[in-house]
Amino acid sequence: MEQSTPYLGFIPLLPLAGALVLGLMHIATCQGKRIPDKLYGILGCIGPFIALILAVKVFFELKALDEGKRVLLQRVYNWIEVGDLKISMGFLADPLSSLMLLFVTFVGFLIHLYSIGYMAGDKNFGKFFAYLNLFLASMLLLVLGDGPVVMFVGWEGVGLCSYLLISFYSEDPANVVAGNKAFIVNRIGDLGFVLGISFLFWGIGADGFDYISLEASATNLNPTLGLTVCLLLFVGATGKSAQIPLYVWLPDAMAGPTPVSALIHAATMVTAGVYMIARFSFLYVQVPLAGEIIAWVGILTALLAAIFGMYQRDIKKILAYSTVSQLGYMFAAVGLTAYSAGIFHVFTHAFFKALLFLGAGSVIHALHHEQDIWKMGGLKKKLPVTYWTMLFGALALAGCPLFSGFFSKDEILYSALAHGHGAIWFIGLIVAGITAYYTFRMFFVVFHGKPADQSLYDKAHESPPVMTVPLVILAVGAVFAGFLNLPHLFGGHLMVSHWLSPSLVEHHPDPTLALELLAVGGSIVAFVIGVSIAYRKFGTKAQEPVYRGFHKFAENKFMVDELFGALIVTPYRYLSQGISRIIEPWVTDGPLKSMALLYRLSGLAFKVFQVGLVRVYAIYMVLGLSIMSFLLIKTLNL
Amino acid sequence: MDQHLVFSSFPILSTLIFLPLVAALIMLFVNSERYCKYISLCFTSVVAVLSLVLIVGFDTETTKFQFAEKAVWISSLDINYVVGIDGISILLVVMTALIMPFCILASWSYIKLRVKAFLICLMVMETAMIGVFVALDFILFYVLWEAMLIPMYLIIGIWGGPRKIYASVKFFLYTLAGSILLLVAIIWLYWQNEYSFFIPDMMWHHYALGSQILVFIAFFLAFAIKVPMFPFHTWLPAAHVEAPTAGSVILASILLKMGTYGFLRFALPIVPDATYQLMPFVLWLSIAGIIYGGFTALAQNDMKKLIAYSSVGHMGFVTLGIFILNKQGIEGAILQMINHGVTTGALFLCVGMIYERTHSRELSMAAGVGKYMPIFVTFLTFFSLASLGFPGTNSFVGEFMILAGTFQFDIEAGRFPWLALAAIPGALLAAAYMLRMLQRIIWGGVDNPDQSWIKDINAREIVILAPFLFFVLWIGLSPGPFLDLIDASVTDLLQNLTMHRTHSLSLNLMAPY
Repeated sequence: MEQSTPYLGFIPLLPLAGALVLGLMHIATCQGKRIPDKLYGILGCIGPFIALILAVKVFFELKALDEGKRVLLQRVYNWIEVGDLKISMGFLADPLSSLMLLFVTFVGFLIHLYSIGYMAGDKNFGKFFAYLNLFLASMLLLVLGDGPVVMFVGWEGVGLCSYLLISFYSEDPANVVAGNKAFIVNRIGDLGFVLGISFLFWGIGADGFDYISLEASATNLNPTLGLTVCLLLFVGATGKSAQIPLYVWLPDAMAGPTPVSALIHAATMVTAGVYMIARFSFLYVQVPLAGEIIAWVGILTALLAAIFGMYQRDIKKILAYSTVSQLGYMFAAVGLTAYSAGIFHVFTHAFFKALLFLGAGSVIHALHHEQDIWKMGGLKKKLPVTYWTMLFGALALAGCPLFSGFFSKDEILYSALAHGHGAIWFIGLIVAGITAYYTFRMFFVVFHGKPADQSLYDKAHESPPVMTVPLVILAVGAVFAGFLNLPHLFGGHLMVSHWLSPSLVEHHPDPTLALELLAVGGSIVAFVIGVSIAYRKFGTKAQEPVYRGFHKFAENKFMVDELFGALIVTPYRYLSQGISRIIEPWVTDGPLKSMALLYRLSGLAFKVFQVGLVRVYAIYMVLGLSIMSFLLIKTLNL
Repeated sequence: MDQHLVFSSFPILSTLIFLPLVAALIMLFVNSERYCKYISLCFTSVVAVLSLVLIVGFDTETTKFQFAEKAVWISSLDINYVVGIDGISILLVVMTALIMPFCILASWSYIKLRVKAFLICLMVMETAMIGVFVALDFILFYVLWEAMLIPMYLIIGIWGGPRKIYASVKFFLYTLAGSILLLVAIIWLYWQNEYSFFIPDMMWHHYALGSQILVFIAFFLAFAIKVPMFPFHTWLPAAHVEAPTAGSVILASILLKMGTYGFLRFALPIVPDATYQLMPFVLWLSIAGIIYGGFTALAQNDMKKLIAYSSVGHMGFVTLGIFILNKQGIEGAILQMINHGVTTGALFLCVGMIYERTHSRELSMAAGVGKYMPIFVTFLTFFSLASLGFPGTNSFVGEFMILAGTFQFDIEAGRFPWLALAAIPGALLAAAYMLRMLQRIIWGGVDNPDQSWIKDINAREIVILAPFLFFVLWIGLSPGPFLDLIDASVTDLLQNLTMHRTHSLSLNLMAPY
């Protein structure tokens, strides 16, 4: 049933080669003559573009196969092989990874294109494209890897690129701090991932440690070990996909250039956790308790982030919290074993969130790097393309009926109802309302009303076509991507779910019309209420509100960062300072030092006798001789 | 004796040992410092190339000592000059030979005082180091083991930093004190083995458990100080900080490996029962070292100190791998010895390059040099990632194998994998301290010192660093060829270990464990 496909490896390899070439070019010329940005731009786009074509080829090749046999494989070589530990370097494309592949390369390519315009004139233009290519290579490795360890290589790779790109504008130390925070918080999650796969290996890894072998032996896993593995892997996911409690890095990550926020911190990398759990669906279906925990963590993250999102003033932070919130929905879905619903939301979210970020980037670009929404306003006339495309993105995010986000979110909320989790559905509904509210709060404040800062407004200009064309393409996706998985209620056939079904082990409850209507109706009501409150408050004239009490507390994000600082970071720092300043010199090195001191003291004591006068030495001699003769006489009994 | 050896037609090992000594002798009669540099570079390069012959000619099937040579040294005491290598030592010998030319290149402009004497010290060092890894006679081993201290003492004491005297004396006395009991143990073994100093003769004897434990303690003190294991590591930061770049590289890459090599070569085969008895103790000390080294490294502002403490943590992983006594663990440990040699050696070279420019090892003085040294920071980034165990680099493979082995160790013993869980935070700490250093060097803070005059690394320095990067990636992406070399010997070691373990003796020293 397995097909060997020699070109799978090229999909991550091409952007990697691009990264190498661009990186070397950048290093070689950074003190001499500059290579024109255009050349960097073109070279940077080649890798992603060919990867996109190959991804389409993979998709059609899979489609041509019978439904149960849709797997393409490429084993490259044995990577680590010692005793029972056999890990191969290989790639696997099945319906799940091919869907991920398609939108990662598609959105990735568009964002590369957009970056040519957005980053124009930056002195590290070449470096930026090298990093972006490296990111894409790692992400594709993550998606295509044929086992958990190869996935982990990509997993860490995307983390590294995210770190490098968050710190990209390194002139401001705050950005570097944000990069470090992202890396270290992710690293905490990664420990969970490493532990999870280690436990998994010793549970069922003996017959091969790739997904296919693991799926075959998954039933041999004992339940406690299964629960441990599932929860540890989820810890990994909370790091990468910014869930409670490790979500704190993502809003700070907005310090990076906006295309990075769009690609890495919205559309692709942050969804890796969802993908990973869907990939391990064969484990998670066996451990319903783990799923339930994930669903609750997800929906609570969605709620918390949505609350924070209502109070932000930085356009990118609003979008960042909405990303955290939408990721929460996805986890709620995969936690409830509605994997295809979760992945479908990953898919639509990639379009509309990338669109919103790129739109925000276009606004920021137009306003010369102003990100405060209270300094914007009335930009509708100045930026017509951005305005209209962002409107579609906002409608999709807010869950306006018939836009893509509506269908995917509705699918998740419906699954919550169908699996009998009314509470999760209800919280999800509230979050949907809040989402609609904060999305349009941002939209109205930025584009409607009067300009808050006339001088900024006067200088604003629409972005060049290389930026607006990707916006338009993504807008088309944001509007229509939902129709790919149209539910039966709307006369569709759940195409995406069917496509994914061979890769996922999931259980579909029988559809009931009443529940479907309830879910749809609820979503529509939530959308309408959210948008109308936003319109009433900010629709015509936007005034910066002054937050007090609970609102102030929410604006400060419930002081979570401060809490983590006091509970974790500070003790860690004191501990390391204490060990190095006190324990190391006085305790660990103590015995040695005291021994040295003892020698020195005894030296000092004996020094007293060495006075350097011959007559004193003569006395010593006489004394010594007398003692010796005395002893001699004593022993010989003379 | 001969049944343990596969003789070679050409005395390749002796050539490797004595060529550097010949170079040192020649240099005695050369006055020009310039020529001395070329002579030493030439000889070490020849040794490096010749060492590759070992790899080509190595038989991966046999577990005997290969390329063996034998000559009578002191016949009345049956002390012989016997050398040979197996899977445990081959990579260490080759790594030593390969690193030396780069140490000379790294000292090219760094050492300005008494260049000739410095190079002679390096040459004597190389002879002793290669000798230690190939010696099969315990007296030969011990002589070379102690002989190494003298050139290293001089390297730190003459060409070191401001506190060089303190550091060199501490280094010398601490390591010497550790190995005095080793000599006692050697003499006891000689007496037990019908007056033979031949190392393979001493292995797999069923000595009484009490004596085994005493011998183990003697071995442990000597080797643990050399590794250095927590809490015997305090000489290391002092020595590293004061030593010139080449000295630090030799210390980190090669000298530290002698301790772990000693455990593998002597402790496990000669006193297996004591090894089993005292294993838990060594394992928890390793874990303590991993955590302690990480925390201490996090608080350092001196780059060399930071890397020195990180070495304590990394070597903790190696001793952990050795003493879990399974295949993944030991092979991972041997690979990790090489990895640590490559990455930490490269990191010390990098710090040396910064020091040559700013004349300071303080992070605050190096803050932001990355802006003016883009090629340099690219290398530095790779080495730092390798050091923190990033997938795709060499240390990931080694650490992963050791962790997998640790899991297996616990699970086979039917208990919860506490040991592996305890080791894992080390990885987080490594990320924290490495990033802290990287961030300061690449970007710095708001008030970086003015470094606009700093020049990026030159062609010579690129030539020094590039091979290290090559090995970082090669071992990281395809460790197979390296593991093939060590596999047979490790398998044999483990087989013997289970076979010769005396089960009747179960004086359980660590009952609660």
